[in-house]
Amino acid sequence: MEFFERFAIPHPSPAIYAAMVAIVLTTIAIIVGLTYFKKWGYLWREWLTTVDHKRIGIMYLISAILMLFRGGVDAIMMRAQLAVPDNTLLDSQHYNEIFSTHGVVMIFFMAMPFIIALMNYVVPLQIGARDVAFPRLNALSFWLFFMGAMLFNISFIVGGSPDAGWTSYFPLAGNEFSKSVGTNYYMIAIQISGIGTLMTGINFIATILKMRAPGMTLMKMPMFTWSALITNIIIVFAFPVLTVALAMGTMDRLFATHFFTTGNGGMDMLWANLFWVWGHPEVYILILPAFGVYSEVIPTFSGRNLYGYKSMVASMVIISLLSFLVWVHHFFTMGQGALVNSIFSITTMAIAVPTGIKIFNWLFTLWKGKIRITTPMLYSLLFIPIFTIGGVTGVMLAMSAADYQYHNTMFLVAHFHLVIIPGVVFAMLAGLTYWWPKMFGFMLNEKLGKWAAWLIGIGTCVAFFPMFISGLDGQARRMYTYSEATGFGIWNMIAFVGAIMLAIGFVIIVYNIYYSTRYASRDIPADPWNARSLEWATHSPVPEYNFAVTPEVTTRDAFWNHKKNNGNLFKGKYEEIHMPNNSGVPFIMSAFFFVFGFAMVFSLWILAIISAIGIFGCMAHRSLEQDHGHHLSVDHIKETEEKLGGAKS
Amino acid sequence: MSIEKTQPLEYSTEQNNLNILGFWIFIGAEIMLFATLFASYFLLENRTGSGPSGEEIFTITPIMLETFILLTSSFTIGLGVHAMRLGRQKAMQAFFAITLLLGVCFLGLEIYEFTHYVHEGASLQTSGFTSILLTTLGTHGAHVTFGLFWGIFIMMQIKKRGLTPETTNKSFIFSLYWHFLDVVWIFIFSFVYLKGMM
Repeated sequence: MEFFERFAIPHPSPAIYAAMVAIVLTTIAIIVGLTYFKKWGYLWREWLTTVDHKRIGIMYLISAILMLFRGGVDAIMMRAQLAVPDNTLLDSQHYNEIFSTHGVVMIFFMAMPFIIALMNYVVPLQIGARDVAFPRLNALSFWLFFMGAMLFNISFIVGGSPDAGWTSYFPLAGNEFSKSVGTNYYMIAIQISGIGTLMTGINFIATILKMRAPGMTLMKMPMFTWSALITNIIIVFAFPVLTVALAMGTMDRLFATHFFTTGNGGMDMLWANLFWVWGHPEVYILILPAFGVYSEVIPTFSGRNLYGYKSMVASMVIISLLSFLVWVHHFFTMGQGALVNSIFSITTMAIAVPTGIKIFNWLFTLWKGKIRITTPMLYSLLFIPIFTIGGVTGVMLAMSAADYQYHNTMFLVAHFHLVIIPGVVFAMLAGLTYWWPKMFGFMLNEKLGKWAAWLIGIGTCVAFFPMFISGLDGQARRMYTYSEATGFGIWNMIAFVGAIMLAIGFVIIVYNIYYSTRYASRDIPADPWNARSLEWATHSPVPEYNFAVTPEVTTRDAFWNHKKNNGNLFKGKYEEIHMPNNSGVPFIMSAFFFVFGFAMVFSLWILAIISAIGIFGCMAHRSLEQDHGHHLSVDHIKETEEKLGGAKS
Repeated sequence: MSIEKTQPLEYSTEQNNLNILGFWIFIGAEIMLFATLFASYFLLENRTGSGPSGEEIFTITPIMLETFILLTSSFTIGLGVHAMRLGRQKAMQAFFAITLLLGVCFLGLEIYEFTHYVHEGASLQTSGFTSILLTTLGTHGAHVTFGLFWGIFIMMQIKKRGLTPETTNKSFIFSLYWHFLDVVWIFIFSFVYLKGMM
């Protein structure tokens, strides 16, 4: 029995036992359901083995929404614990675990996949391509992310959650102070999904650089595709740093090396530096695609061209360069000295300039436009003021001398939530609503959508504005309780109310998906928003080959100009289309990664070796196999096009 | 699949072009990976704790041998790709085989070097310096090991299928990988060994 003791939870509570039961019951329900409805074959053929960028995008989307709720439950529990002084809902250990997993889940397993979901679905369509450059690799990216996310999530019920914060600073995250396997999960699960993200980066750079429709020069690309290109370049240059940092952290914990220890020449600050050399570019990996979504939504619903296209591109390029030069601002108080702090203060404040340019460009796009307030537009309009407040407080934090007052207080927590929620979450919800008809062939209910948008918009302000005040009054972040005499009670109670509003907003979104799936009209045009870019020029939902005839582009906003001038986007005629074959190998290989990760977490070396052989076996199989894909015949294309309501040519 | 006749075989299809570009981007990521290792090495170089320093454990002979062997293997794989472009399959296979053999020799010497370090009391767990030293060298060594298996798989395919757009594309990409490992080694040689022994 000694062998099994390692899998026990170090700090169990009734809630965790309840979660175990719930997880087991859900798993049984899924297995029974799939067997009863005979859907195993369907699931395997159509989803688990797919290499279609659209289906992979949808799987990313589902995972992101599930993880949003996992991270959201963590958030609600934190706010509930802090709502009143001297609360005993959670003890300090559980609180530590919950704020750690909240951060990791929201950043790595909610925001990242949400962004990659939209990139997967939209970018190939926007550039008029059939798929991404490496469809098989794309499937592997998804499954690695998914297995990493699952590995991280089982930490909750097997072995214990990480509890050293989402930044996992050493020496706190070392063996001495974090004895449970929780931090092993952190190191290894993020490593696995990070490899997937790196491959996504490579895949999309190659796709965008090489597979654009004829005539679409770089400066004629839609802004979302531009943002995807820049984001993926940042991914390729930032993620290897995280890979190395996590590998070193893993070795410190499993093999007793001295990278980040405090004795024998180890350097704990090395982790903080490496983490943020990746971590700050990561902030822009998250925000740039969000900017891209707004740059699609705002022109569409203002009926105007995007103001300042070139300056939009230039500011993104500048942001991407500056993003690598500001990492020290995350630890101004950790002893770099005045000169270093001043330099990083200035580079940090400099980022506000290109970001400000973008804000003004959106405002000028709105100026004198015929504005239609739809749900995506509502999110965009809520984004501009809230994000600006979050951004301006960021400039306050950037002043290193003043930062000694703000560092590690709720002021900081308020700041980054007020940029990341309107920045990323609003954008993803706007993008989700905007591209939903393209993905599924029906619209989400506008009334429910607007209710959710208002609740989330106001909820964000109610939840996070009070933290500015309690933070300046001295409430430290990650503190699991406080006494009544501090006077923080009222602010935390208001924040709790805001968190409830946010939760209701997200529940309405899910209800909206259910409601619209059931009742929304399927009889909608391919271009329901009267939009501007190429993805709206094909059918909804999109056929597997995307475009029957490759579009030819002459201007920016190609589809818009085509509608206005009655031009002809599709000049060729039907030809055979080459498509990649489905493959189960990405799924199987990622499953081996999951087992490998699990074995590493618990130092089960034999299992680790067996699963590593499995991983290399999959790579060998890929090297030796010959897969030339298949061709769709002209008749098949004609038939599909007619079934979808008339040929697009 | 349209085949462009004016291009070398490895560039002749659209997918081949994509593969090569994709691999260059991957090398960009690899540069960042090794750059991070080097940066960490420079930071931890003098943090030897109670363990030995670089000067005390580095010995010039195996290092010089490793360097010559790896640089030569980079040359022979270049010859291999040249033979491939001329369509001379046998010559190409021979050069690839020599390359992989040199790779094996390099790896053998590196394993010897590692056991020597452990003997001198510089194991992975000794100090910050030895941890980063063995991790940096080990990451490079693991890449070479991976390359050996990859190269064998490619030679098997060439033997079976001949020089096709697919197999030449794979061989060319493999040669990029091998040259890259060589470049990394030059940095290791200069900034780990020479700097450490000065």
